[in-house]
Amino acid sequence: MKLREIAELVEANFITGADQAEREVSRAFAADLLSDVLAMVQEEGVLLITGMTTPQVVRVAEVMNMGAVLFVRGKLPAAATVEYAMGTGIPLLATRRIMFETCGILYKAGLHAAQRKQMPLDHALPDATRS
Amino acid sequence: MPSRTPLVLRRIYPVAPRDLEQAGTVSTEVRRELLALGMSPDVVRRASVICFEGEMNIVLYSQGGRVILLVKEDRVELLFSDDGPGIADIELVSQPGYSTAPDWARELGFGAGLGINNMEQNSDLFEIRSRVGEGTVVRATILLGVPFF
Amino acid sequence: MELAKIVADLGWETLVGADLTRDVRDGYCSDLLSDVLAHAQAGDLWITHQRHLNVVAVGKLRDVAGIVFPRGLRPTPDVIARAAQERVNLFLSADPAFVVAGKLYRVLHP
Repeated sequence: MKLREIAELVEANFITGADQAEREVSRAFAADLLSDVLAMVQEEGVLLITGMTTPQVVRVAEVMNMGAVLFVRGKLPAAATVEYAMGTGIPLLATRRIMFETCGILYKAGLHAAQRKQMPLDHALPDATRS
Repeated sequence: MPSRTPLVLRRIYPVAPRDLEQAGTVSTEVRRELLALGMSPDVVRRASVICFEGEMNIVLYSQGGRVILLVKEDRVELLFSDDGPGIADIELVSQPGYSTAPDWARELGFGAGLGINNMEQNSDLFEIRSRVGEGTVVRATILLGVPFF
Repeated sequence: MELAKIVADLGWETLVGADLTRDVRDGYCSDLLSDVLAHAQAGDLWITHQRHLNVVAVGKLRDVAGIVFPRGLRPTPDVIARAAQERVNLFLSADPAFVVAGKLYRVLHP
């Protein structure tokens, strides 16, 4: 799904990276917790849907090679964060819609979820080793 | 056991405690260094994740410290050393889900208690040493040319 | 829509089923407690990765219809016990948050 289509579906604006409107993202990951984003599996080009607007979000998106960041709940990052994002080439979008609605609309439209690596805690096995 | 292979690169990055504006910047720099060296995307990603978690731990929980990047011919090592307060029970903090994160850290999206585990999961070799009242050193090693599952 | 029906339709595991007859107003996705306190409504089904004791307190305070943990992220026994005590419904889904929200949205907004 192109970023342009995503923006239309959830009524989002491009904060930066509007020139990337034709960029395709095929999977999405919705979380406010950055530790969860870091634990995400090795897919590249994933759309991060989040309400967190700290500078770390963009840095995490950068180190995880994510496709774009979509801020929900009308949240907007600070100017310095936007500038940083410009330097990385990662598009930032923002919608006033809440996360539940945003996920719902995009899921209905056919956007898939990013795969997440199995973590030991997933099955509540305290002795689970790396697998 | 420290490797005796020649050093290709050494970088030391100071990390200030509680400096949330800067938190994560070391990780992006480490990533750039490794990309410039032509490291494989997989190694770069693993090192970036390890670095981010380690850097955030210094920022959130310590009295300040540094990230040390050592690139050798056969490995990439990341050391996270801080000036305190030290960890009393390493076993405990290494458990996935265990977290001493204050509420403000959780509100920033950290403190799910998966950080150390995530570092370990992305490393080939991993160790933590700590002394209460002195500080902690975490050493994460990615072996180059070794298949990683 | 009745909570029990949603749980059955979406295949969630019930960790605490204090009151499954509740009517669900809508869904709410957030890992930020301050955000939930400010915006979640009574009767919302709250989807979150956070699994510590404060989550139960916040859920109770906002009178949510229940809390759903995605990706098989099972809370510890003390959290489950507290939820049972406070009569806060808890559920577990194997799907990632994006999918949990997606499926719930589809069911509530056909």
